[in-house]
Amino acid sequence: MTQYAFSFDGTRCTGCKTCEMACKDYKDLDLGVAHRKVYEVTTGETKRDDKGCFTTTCASYPLSLSCNHCDDPTCVRVCPTGAMHKDAETGLVAVDAGKCVGCGYCHMACPYNAPKVNREKGHSVKCDGCAERLVSGEQPVCVEACPARALDFGPVDEMRKKGERAAIAPLPEPSYTQPNLYVKASADAKPAGDAAAKVSNPLEVM
Amino acid sequence: MPDTNLSRRTFLKTSGALGALAAAGGSVAAADALFGSGVAAAVAEPEEKITWGHCAINCPGRCALKFHVRDDEVVWVDTCTSPNADFDDPQPRACLRGRSYRRWLASPDRLNYPMKRVGKRGEGKFEQISWDEAIELATSKLKEVIEKYGNEAVYVPYATGVSATTSRPFNRLLNLVGGYLNFYNSYSTAQISCITPYMYGSKNAGGSSFKTAEDAKLVLIFGSSPTETRQGGLTTHYDWVHLRERTGAKIYMIDYRMNDSIVGHSDQWLPINPGTDAALVAGIAHYLIEHDLVDLDFLHTYCVGYDEETMPEAYQGKNLSYYAYIMGEGYDKVAKTPEWASKITGIPVERIKDLAEEIGTTKPLYVNQGWGPQRRSNGEWSAWAIMALPCLVGQVGLPGTNNGTREDRTSPASVSMAAGANPVKASIPCFLFTDAIDHGTEMTSKNAGVKGVDKLPVNIKYMINYAGNCLTNQHSDINKAHDVLADESKCEFILGIDTVLCDSLKYADVILPDLFRFEQTSQISTGSDTGYLITGTACTSPKFERKSAYEMATLMAEKLGVAEGFTEGKTEEQRIKEQYEQARAKSSKLPTWDEVVEMGVYIEEHAPVVSMAKFREDPVANALTTPSGKIEIFSEKLLEFTDGWELEADDTLPGLDTLPAIPVYLPEWYGVETTTDEYPLLLSGFHYRGRIHSSWGFMPELKEVNPQEVWINPLDAEPRGIVQGDTVRVRNEFGEIELLAKVTPRIVPGTVGVSQGAWHEADMYGDRLDKGGSINTLTTQRPSPLSKGNPQHTNICDVAKA
Repeated sequence: MTQYAFSFDGTRCTGCKTCEMACKDYKDLDLGVAHRKVYEVTTGETKRDDKGCFTTTCASYPLSLSCNHCDDPTCVRVCPTGAMHKDAETGLVAVDAGKCVGCGYCHMACPYNAPKVNREKGHSVKCDGCAERLVSGEQPVCVEACPARALDFGPVDEMRKKGERAAIAPLPEPSYTQPNLYVKASADAKPAGDAAAKVSNPLEVM
Repeated sequence: MPDTNLSRRTFLKTSGALGALAAAGGSVAAADALFGSGVAAAVAEPEEKITWGHCAINCPGRCALKFHVRDDEVVWVDTCTSPNADFDDPQPRACLRGRSYRRWLASPDRLNYPMKRVGKRGEGKFEQISWDEAIELATSKLKEVIEKYGNEAVYVPYATGVSATTSRPFNRLLNLVGGYLNFYNSYSTAQISCITPYMYGSKNAGGSSFKTAEDAKLVLIFGSSPTETRQGGLTTHYDWVHLRERTGAKIYMIDYRMNDSIVGHSDQWLPINPGTDAALVAGIAHYLIEHDLVDLDFLHTYCVGYDEETMPEAYQGKNLSYYAYIMGEGYDKVAKTPEWASKITGIPVERIKDLAEEIGTTKPLYVNQGWGPQRRSNGEWSAWAIMALPCLVGQVGLPGTNNGTREDRTSPASVSMAAGANPVKASIPCFLFTDAIDHGTEMTSKNAGVKGVDKLPVNIKYMINYAGNCLTNQHSDINKAHDVLADESKCEFILGIDTVLCDSLKYADVILPDLFRFEQTSQISTGSDTGYLITGTACTSPKFERKSAYEMATLMAEKLGVAEGFTEGKTEEQRIKEQYEQARAKSSKLPTWDEVVEMGVYIEEHAPVVSMAKFREDPVANALTTPSGKIEIFSEKLLEFTDGWELEADDTLPGLDTLPAIPVYLPEWYGVETTTDEYPLLLSGFHYRGRIHSSWGFMPELKEVNPQEVWINPLDAEPRGIVQGDTVRVRNEFGEIELLAKVTPRIVPGTVGVSQGAWHEADMYGDRLDKGGSINTLTTQRPSPLSKGNPQHTNICDVAKA
């Protein structure tokens, strides 16, 4: 098996959401569903002193996140029907729509906000790594869309060279699910578990 | 839940499955056994066609769009990309908006038929009419207005919805029937475009490429967010990310907001009060002078007006130089010390001194400004001051430097459709068109920047608003604009042409439904560090009764008896091809027409541009086109041009009866020094990733993840009881908007930010509360003093929970 993985270059990403919208177009996703989302984390303060002068400790960074096709995916662990499964060839995690009953356990279990039950379709939906594009030698749509060239995708051995296994806030420690996401963190990025580094744009990613 | 909202795509996929079953059966006969003869063939997966097109909306990205089409419907929109592109590979990848075109193309909100207005102007009530009736109404009224008032009463407002080599057919049409009132300026760059020629001349004064900044040691960017203003993959967004990674320079981004071009690199953010850039420059200049860090050789050889030594003769000995202003020897007699600048800019004294020291001792220095600092009441002088900064230290015309203007953009040669000569000479600043409707005959060269004639002979009575939302939404003081436009006795007829019913179109009397440029043959040449030319063909056949603008103008030309002159027997496609051949005659690099159509995207590498390098090399042989041939830090020409102008007191410095002829700091009318108890907060606009101006502003898919918010610092939010996500109202003397609060330390205290371009959404015959959150409900129609441009970032307001 060749496990596939994403890489994310936080020094390049500007949070533009082209990845998200390209995916939504290609996968024909309705309102309320996105397989890739862009999170903003903002910390610190910008203050004005008694002389009217600004001091700032503000740091802010975007994080583009889809399914991380984890080595130990909690969504697969909790799925009662076996619909959520890891592909034996590529390691990509996908939903078998025929088996999924739409219980939503995967959504609740995933620490990356990846699977979601599409109530209209009656089953869980998520990033499948554009498996059909992979077969024809293409990259996932989001990767090829990025204007800033911040995303990449490929065999995990190659992606590992591009960064650390995802351990920046607001993500959990990678030991939890062993995500196949490798991150080159920007100077602003805070470590996983940093209590102050929460999602600053919840409206845009729920 | 049953799937009642079966999309076309889902249907296609389903039919694809049936097609696959037919194939699996080994023969059509096998499928026939299941479905009956012919059914499987009828529902077989249609063949996929791929067409190229270009985005045509007012962002210089104009990125490549690769349409995947089945059964005459677009199924998804790809771009110019490849699976294993290197970081350096030039690819004009479309942004999130380009990737959303399928939704706009097939939007239920698209205009399908000609319509005429049946409600009041601004109400949005229309009914379908035939093309014949629409063209008859539009042309008969045009003839009537020309006969009754003359061609000066006809106007084509500023609009930015379509950019292509054939995107001005209505101007060509009107020139054949006697012409129309011209405009000058733009809503993008009125102030900087006005002031730059005074300083650098009108030619050879463009900025250096971003690539040039890779050789710099210090990069200063004033009021710019390259990633948000130009979002595509081979325009400034990409160029900026590339530069940031490749340069060894230290970078400072001077902005009131930690914009999206800074995120991830917050140490580059230098927060400042909006509208005070010229004060920062003045404070830096004072430090440079005090510490002997100015480049006097450069200032005396290449510039006029820095100090007495190079003042024009008539102005010598009067303490009117820039030096005299900075050191407190002239003008307001206030020394522009870092301490003085600190109080205005909000930047600590030590920070200004440190920055000045770095500027004075670090070479090459690359100074660049976006168009934010200039879109203000003091914008001409703010832009000028930023341009003066690199001159003070001689960092112009050398490798790694810039002349303080925006970065250069390159593009392959191209030729646009000739609009013909306009017999009408009168021209107005585009920002003053509502004044020209309301009281044009009171507008003169001395009070309203009228050019070509001393005063306007007539008010505007007829407008063709093609692909524009500047009648209301992108204009200023929407409530006032409504009052002018809603009065049908003023502008008697408005023809509107667009793809969807934007707010401005609600004021049209007749509406014509437009095609996108990628629903027809179209070409555009553009680029930034790298140039590219995109040649597109129709992705699908025209749907409903939509037509191209060229066809519409042809229909009007036929009714007006000038069809032959308009078309010259050529279709739009023939013109594009002919123009392309003209471009090829200029540039041997360009491929043949057949090749360029086949490739869709033609990319042309250009060497990095160093601004004003020839002038620096030899300022005599390569003199600038200014009166002195040099860089003018004091402009005699400005004083001559504005002699006798009617000014308001706060248009200039106290005690001065002319506009300032040097790059001073002017307090804004609605600025950090002029807030009030009622409106204690500054309000500034910015470009937002979810829209270019107002384009895409109606699309639910984009609005969902790019909500309309007012950015407010926690220090301003807390006393008002506002928390993240609250619905709030922003209010000032011009109106009131309702939107969500983004409570964030990414904006300075005392200032709130509202992204421009949200669709105005108000009952204009009721409470006028704008629930769309358009900043232009809150902006003034008073023009900036010199350019008569839109000062849309100069506002004060208050914010409260809704």
